[in-house]
Amino acid sequence: MSAEFPGIGVVPGRVIAPALSMPETVAAPVAKPAPADTEAEANRIREASAAVHAELRERAETVNGDARDVLRATALMAKDPTLVKTAIKRLSETDAETAIWTVAAETAAQLEKLGGYMAERAADVLDVRARLVAHLRGVQAPGIPHSQEPFVLIAADLAPADTATLDPALVLGLVCEEGGPQSHTAILARALGIPAVVAATGVRDIPDHTPVFVDGGSGILRTEPGATETGLVEAWTETAGRLQSFTGPCLLSDGTRIPLRANVGDGAQARAAAAAGAEGVGLLRTEFCFLDRDTEPSVEEQAEAYGQVFAAFDDHKVVVRTLDAGADKPLPFLTDSDEPNPALGVRGFRTSRRAQGVLERQLEAIALAASKHAVTVHVMAPMIATADEARQFSELVHAAGLPTAGVMVEVPSAALQAATILEEVEFASIGTNDLTQYVMASDRMLGGLAELSDSWQPAVLQLIGMAAAQGAAAEKSVGVCGEAAADPALAVVLVGLGVTSLSMAPRALPAVAEVLSGVSPNRAQQIARSALAARSPSEAKAAVRAELPILDELGL
Amino acid sequence: MAETIATVGSTVGLHARPAALLAEAAADYDLEITIALEGEPAEDALDAASVLSLMGLGAEYGQKVVLRAEGDGADEALANLKQLIETDHDAEG
Repeated sequence: MSAEFPGIGVVPGRVIAPALSMPETVAAPVAKPAPADTEAEANRIREASAAVHAELRERAETVNGDARDVLRATALMAKDPTLVKTAIKRLSETDAETAIWTVAAETAAQLEKLGGYMAERAADVLDVRARLVAHLRGVQAPGIPHSQEPFVLIAADLAPADTATLDPALVLGLVCEEGGPQSHTAILARALGIPAVVAATGVRDIPDHTPVFVDGGSGILRTEPGATETGLVEAWTETAGRLQSFTGPCLLSDGTRIPLRANVGDGAQARAAAAAGAEGVGLLRTEFCFLDRDTEPSVEEQAEAYGQVFAAFDDHKVVVRTLDAGADKPLPFLTDSDEPNPALGVRGFRTSRRAQGVLERQLEAIALAASKHAVTVHVMAPMIATADEARQFSELVHAAGLPTAGVMVEVPSAALQAATILEEVEFASIGTNDLTQYVMASDRMLGGLAELSDSWQPAVLQLIGMAAAQGAAAEKSVGVCGEAAADPALAVVLVGLGVTSLSMAPRALPAVAEVLSGVSPNRAQQIARSALAARSPSEAKAAVRAELPILDELGL
Repeated sequence: MAETIATVGSTVGLHARPAALLAEAAADYDLEITIALEGEPAEDALDAASVLSLMGLGAEYGQKVVLRAEGDGADEALANLKQLIETDHDAEG
């Protein structure tokens, strides 16, 4: 019997493959009294430690680069002499599982306290702990299942730690019971180009090896696929060819130009974006220069890094976003980790109140790099809330000898006051992820709030429309650089709301360009009105999809 | 008791890859090798073969650490580990 599981499609694509579920997470052991034979119990710990070390070590050899270093370090943790010795000592009080569990928890807590890079390693210690305890219990190790054959991975939600070992050649599709369009799973699947569906209730009850059909465009999983599904997969494979490449410019059906740019984080990504046909960079995240640093990089060092991005594009535009530290991106020399509410704290442009000179030196570095390259360089500040902040930023940009200043619109006040803000700067770029988080007052990383943290929320669309209309009245451009721009259906809505350019992950360029090329400005406005009239994200999406049959034809 | 002082050469400090390399190298010797920040009492020294202890030590770039070991080959082992600590492993790529 075929069964259907609807969810939210986050990465288009259609596949048929057997399903494999992520193993259950390893639950905390129930403490038992000290064993009668301490030495035998100690040997079980030593044996588990050696086995988990060997397994992680073997897996490290199957990956490259940073992922390999991380796995090697994790493998070392499994046979860490201090961890093993401390756990064995504790066998005078309790059993092996509880000993490992509590000692690893204490170690993780210590690393957590150190913050930054060490705090991230705390998750690795807990992963090792789960593996050790799974081995002691004789159950399947947590993490992505091993298989020789390609499969569709079914999970509750993926943790960032699972992602290092996810092989796109084996994992053909990804379906999660939880999560939302901005969860780790969705972001990872998008980066790897794996068809994915999230928030599909009940999928974890599907027995392993059941053949399933996944459609990451319409957002469903169906068991026991037949001829219909095989036909859908074939149709996707054919049209996917059309969606492989983009060679600009992106034009609406009447010839109106909507530049499609790329979001990039360093020189290598910029080169990849240029190769994918991006019409410049709509968002250069400059954090890459600063993350994992205890001190500020020098002007020369920054200029060299920005120059690598500028060099990837000849005559296009590159929009540089100044340092966006704080909240989920703390920096020891700029941000205060003790804020009770970091998302509403001193972050983005606000850090320049505290750390005098960091922004000035960054602008100096951008100007220095710009002087050596042919690209048009625009600069924008993150987290601008008022016209005064916009003016302060604009003055700093001009003082650095850079001609064009703009702002990010992420704070709802900036969208409401776009007209006065645009008196101070030349352009605005809407960051839909943060704007959605602030409009809906829902943490974008919380899977449980996925239906709130959705840029299809009519309130979010309304605010984007207000900002774009104020931009049009002032004859200044208002773009979007956020996950929303990468969704072809939402891209049509954004253009209909008056957005003048889109910036996205390079992978999304062909599909967005293909869908936009089929609509006129009037048609896009009509479609945007349908979305605004909806009562919920799912209603908005359904209304827009009904007006854009090309999405189903292309399997998007 | 052999003892030597080494200055952390990796710009990220004794974390990540440098910590893993040091722990692996220290584990290869059949000796109890300890590590402590310079100035810390010897009884608080940690096992140099423990990557978790090294991470908890939090030794930053340019900081001095004290290595100690006892037994056959201790001097040679410490000399090798000192060299490892003083190399900038991040510069290698």
